[in-house]
Amino acid sequence: MLLQIVASGLSSGSIYALVALALVITYKTTEVPNFAQGEMAMFSAFVAYVLIVDYNVGFVVAFGAAIVFAFLLGVGFEGLFLRRTKNPTHLNLIIMTLGFQLALFGLAGWRWGADQRQFPFPVSASEVVRFGDITVSTLSLATISIALVLMAAVFAFFRFTKLGVAMQATQQDPMAARINGVPVRAVVALTFGISSVIGLVAALLTAPLITLDPTLMWDPLLKGFAGAVLGGMNTPVGAVLGGYLLGVVENLFGAYVSVEFKSAVAFLIIVIVLWFRPVGLFGRQPPRKV
Amino acid sequence: MTSRELDHYADVQLLPGKAAVVKLVVLLAVLAVLPFVVPGYRIFTLNYMAIFVIVGLGMSILVGDTGQVSLGHAGFMAIGAYTSVLAMTELGAPFLIALPAAALVSAFFGFLLGLPALRLDGPYLAIATLGFGLAVTLIIGHGSLFGGHMGLVVPEASLGPLPLSGDISHYFLIVGITVVLAVAARNLGVTRVGRAFRAIRDSPIAAETMGVDVAYYKTLSFTVSAAFAGIAGSLLSLMNGFISPGVFSFTLSLMFLAMVVFGGLGSITGAVLGSLVMGYVNLRMDAVQEIPVLGPALQNFSDAFMSPSGLPNVGWVLTGLMIMLTIMFEPRGLYGVWLRVEDALRWLRRRSASGGTATGAG
Repeated sequence: MLLQIVASGLSSGSIYALVALALVITYKTTEVPNFAQGEMAMFSAFVAYVLIVDYNVGFVVAFGAAIVFAFLLGVGFEGLFLRRTKNPTHLNLIIMTLGFQLALFGLAGWRWGADQRQFPFPVSASEVVRFGDITVSTLSLATISIALVLMAAVFAFFRFTKLGVAMQATQQDPMAARINGVPVRAVVALTFGISSVIGLVAALLTAPLITLDPTLMWDPLLKGFAGAVLGGMNTPVGAVLGGYLLGVVENLFGAYVSVEFKSAVAFLIIVIVLWFRPVGLFGRQPPRKV
Repeated sequence: MTSRELDHYADVQLLPGKAAVVKLVVLLAVLAVLPFVVPGYRIFTLNYMAIFVIVGLGMSILVGDTGQVSLGHAGFMAIGAYTSVLAMTELGAPFLIALPAAALVSAFFGFLLGLPALRLDGPYLAIATLGFGLAVTLIIGHGSLFGGHMGLVVPEASLGPLPLSGDISHYFLIVGITVVLAVAARNLGVTRVGRAFRAIRDSPIAAETMGVDVAYYKTLSFTVSAAFAGIAGSLLSLMNGFISPGVFSFTLSLMFLAMVVFGGLGSITGAVLGSLVMGYVNLRMDAVQEIPVLGPALQNFSDAFMSPSGLPNVGWVLTGLMIMLTIMFEPRGLYGVWLRVEDALRWLRRRSASGGTATGAG
């Protein structure tokens, strides 16, 4: 019973971990939480949906096209809007991301209406696989493995490629990175592109669980934030662990305390963590700047 | 700058100078006559916009003056609305008690949410308030006391012997409260408290060094702002006659933020202007096709390229674009535009005055 709950917690935790990772890599670069993250992912998922359903494109091709779209959306948002903010204080940049979120939300609602659509994902949510006492749907298995592979790829990219190291350098100190020859602007835009693609994958894994509509990512975005805050907004690895932990804790709460208020766990965790340890479980206190 | 603006005691006067008194009297006269001049169905629109102004004043204190973000003000509004309705239905309290109760309970939650704000700066605070707003709608959507997703019907209310039914009686109550709160917010802004808020916004560390109790004032700002939203919620329940969790959605919180941004952060005038515009946009969203000229054009465009049922979403697109463009091109918002117009007019006047003599001499 307990193992079963943990297993399904890890499945939803995979989605939270992906969203948390997407949020944290741009947060580390710009110190701004990207509230448009969820809507960017939702919009890109709709692009995949339209290609598959309206244009009869195969899933793999549609997925590839959606990745390109998500990447361009991320790069475009940074280059055309965020970077052009006149007075780039935290408050103003946060407002920019919220404005973009509202605009995308409205645009998706305008184009695709409030109809609830079934997303044609190639893996079924109703078939199950048994491991001893535990039953896991093939969709959950796919979710867990896709998330693991993607996250391993992202961390390897950061660690082992020149570009990844340049991104890390930019996150640590943009000025020092620039002096050392890193094209900081391009790197920041690229970070938003990659983050947007990670978000898209999370959205595509969320869509088959519920229905595809413009509010698709509201819940996962909050959970992703909660996971990131829990693990530490400044540590990508911590944020991912926080996402998984949240998935498990939330599922335990749902099983033993209350199913109805399961979603409120995320908010509670945010408040408790921020109250007792604002840097998160795995974060380190950054020096205070005056 | 005139000397009056540098004089502290003149600054904290309730009504600085004769001009301000005249302006206020004219405004009050216009507001008193308005409901008898405009067509009856428009009064509902005015009431709705006035309620947005109340929330906008609170947001202006929190976001504009103190520099703290809130993405959860629809949550405070919901708390005010539900407190007010439950006080009337469950406890049999008159509206005159239910309204301040709504303000108090909202303020209390604002105080609670303000506590973690003491240790957090912008990004974290935004996330916490986002979670708060979503948690409130979740809880009222599931609690049986709150009527679940079906919501609650608001009982008939009266103000002593006066029955509060019909748009005109609502108008005088809502607009009256709005004016009082606007004057209060303006006066809070020019006193010690308001200056402490702005000092915290500009630099918390510098404010602390100068002896401003940052923790106290940050919490106070949250509390006051939440109380404003609570009052607005109570009034909204009164004018709508019905409340449900769907009304207080996350997007409404974003709209509240949008109105102070669009109006101009840090200015009461700006907040009022922005709230009026956004309140109107929010109400008209559901009937876009009825807007003259533009409406049918949008409807045709929508039928041809978008989905016919999704037309109300134009309002969100517009709101999103409005705040992005504001931040990109005029971070002081509508108020900033007004300041520029004033500058330009002054410059023109001076030029025409000196220009006249110049051509005469030439």
